Amino acid sequence: MSLLTVSDIIVMAFISVGVFFLAAGTIGFLRFPDFYTRMHATGKCDTLGIFLSCTGIALYTLHDGLSLANILVSLKIMFIAVFWSLGGPTATHALLKSAFKAGILPWTKDGRSVIEWPPK
Amino acid sequence: MDTFFLTISLILSFLALICLYRAIFGPTVVDRVIGVGVVGTKTLIILLLIGFLYKRMDMFVDISLVYAILNFIGVLIFSKYFVRKGVL
Repeated sequence: MSLLTVSDIIVMAFISVGVFFLAAGTIGFLRFPDFYTRMHATGKCDTLGIFLSCTGIALYTLHDGLSLANILVSLKIMFIAVFWSLGGPTATHALLKSAFKAGILPWTKDGRSVIEWPPK
Repeated sequence: MDTFFLTISLILSFLALICLYRAIFGPTVVDRVIGVGVVGTKTLIILLLIGFLYKRMDMFVDISLVYAILNFIGVLIFSKYFVRKGVL
């Protein structure tokens, strides 16, 4: 196995933390009781996980040398990260709002609803 | 480094596989929509890592970008449809 440099260790740390967040979001997505709580788990953890993983991958792209093609690819990967950190919460919000309008009630522990639906 | 990328890809594939449980057996339709979205976000990272493994990063980054945009637009279209038709 070849020797790891400092930049390799930084890249591995970024990607590992990102994958940890993705795994936490997946566990929440499988275990939470309700649609709204599942959306809460995936909406936040996926955004942060993708941002960290894409940052690590963009750093590793630059390790061959600073040529124009490498910088362009790295900028594209960072564009994916920025796009998803804007678009992921937007998609989450739109889906939640439409589900709320369609009449899915939030889960409570004792089964009683906290809001009146449909509103009078 | 290639071993590390391969390991991370395998872990992400496993996570996407168990997310597919909700996409198939989800109690409501909206659960299925989120399930497909979550599988899409994991596929985005897997595509970038596959780009490193095949040494064709310039090609795979475009595929990943298109995947991100289509995933976003898909969820928006579903939510618009649910508002208009009423869910379930």
